[in-house]
Amino acid sequence: MPSLKDFRVRIASVQSTKKITSAMKMVAASKLRRAQEAAEAARPYAERMEKMLGNLAGSFKGQAGAPKMMAGTGKDDVHLLLVMTANRGLCGGFNSNIIRMARTTIRELRDQGKTVKVLCVGRRGRDNLRRDYCDLIVDSFTEFGRKTVALVEAAQVATKVTDMFEAGQFDVCTMIYSRFKSAMTQIPSRQQIVPFPAPASAAPSVPYDYEPSDKEILQDLLPRNLAIQVFRSMLENAASFYGAQMTAMDSATRNAGDMIRNLTLRYNRTRQAMITKELIEIISGAEAV
Amino acid sequence: MADTLTFDLVTPGRLLLSEQVEMVIVPGSEGYFGVLPKHAPVISTLRPGVIDVHQGGAVTRQFFVAGGFAEVSAAGATVLVEEACAVKDITRDMVENRKAEAAALADNAATDDDRKKAARARWVADEMAAVIARAG
Repeated sequence: MPSLKDFRVRIASVQSTKKITSAMKMVAASKLRRAQEAAEAARPYAERMEKMLGNLAGSFKGQAGAPKMMAGTGKDDVHLLLVMTANRGLCGGFNSNIIRMARTTIRELRDQGKTVKVLCVGRRGRDNLRRDYCDLIVDSFTEFGRKTVALVEAAQVATKVTDMFEAGQFDVCTMIYSRFKSAMTQIPSRQQIVPFPAPASAAPSVPYDYEPSDKEILQDLLPRNLAIQVFRSMLENAASFYGAQMTAMDSATRNAGDMIRNLTLRYNRTRQAMITKELIEIISGAEAV
Repeated sequence: MADTLTFDLVTPGRLLLSEQVEMVIVPGSEGYFGVLPKHAPVISTLRPGVIDVHQGGAVTRQFFVAGGFAEVSAAGATVLVEEACAVKDITRDMVENRKAEAAALADNAATDDDRKKAARARWVADEMAAVIARAG
């Protein structure tokens, strides 16, 4: 039977935990708003770029001479997975959902006899995957998104991917990240970024003039598009992370509240039991005299 | 009222401008070109330079862009740039910083790619300086 002092200590410690989690929830909520705004602000650029690429890709349809980044290498033996996670935990199932998806993907691809390489963005993913797939990880970026997601960081990732592709180190690159649906729901998703999946739409209705030439524009546009896609998923990831963290911290705060209520109840019961016991002792002592 | 076209200026961070304008002049990589309503569809890369937005027969806004892409279609003109700022916001300090950065890049360049990047940065800085010189 724990003593009254034990109860008091435990209640105090749960109370301070509750304070911390509720503060973290607050912080996550305000950061979530900012991350969400950033993700929304980045949308027009990505959408328009996609449209422009779609138009360009339309003019290349069925033609030889499209850049390799769009046409692919003609094989799909070596897969590169870009696993994007957060740098920190305390966010419920956010990281583990992404990691689980990455693991399933690795397993599936291996079952099909493909070679898999992994590029980690975010410390959590690297730390977790390193345990089982240490030999697959080619590189990792773990210093990103300290405060806000910057395009420069996305560009670094994109450059790395482009370099690897040009060196012929992989055939297909897929990004695994968490799509932001709402503060409560984040959907781990896969998106193929290399070779660029040509949009289903037919060739543009109006023929475009290209300056300097369609090929040169495409050569310029594709790496940039890669950076933008990475950037966008990084933003989505950041928003998802704060959403998940907010939800996790909210339920942690609520749990702590429940626990405090429970402990207080038991504390009072024990206190009353002790008083009763003392009274009985006094009364029976008085009777004995 | 004269014919207008929809002009969008978009950076990765945000939609900088989206409005009906009479004409825009865009720094295409093969020379500046003006876009009026019903312009033939064109996709072009951009060089560092200034975008002039014409409204009511006069230039109402000017943006400095460091290069990007322009698409003109029946729907209007869209300019995608990684960096853009209003010309009136450019300061001498910014230009000096840019020049210093470009010089640093050139000093540290080890590969051809790096050298190309440095040259590009230098070009952007020079264009910026030219813009400021013109503005006085």
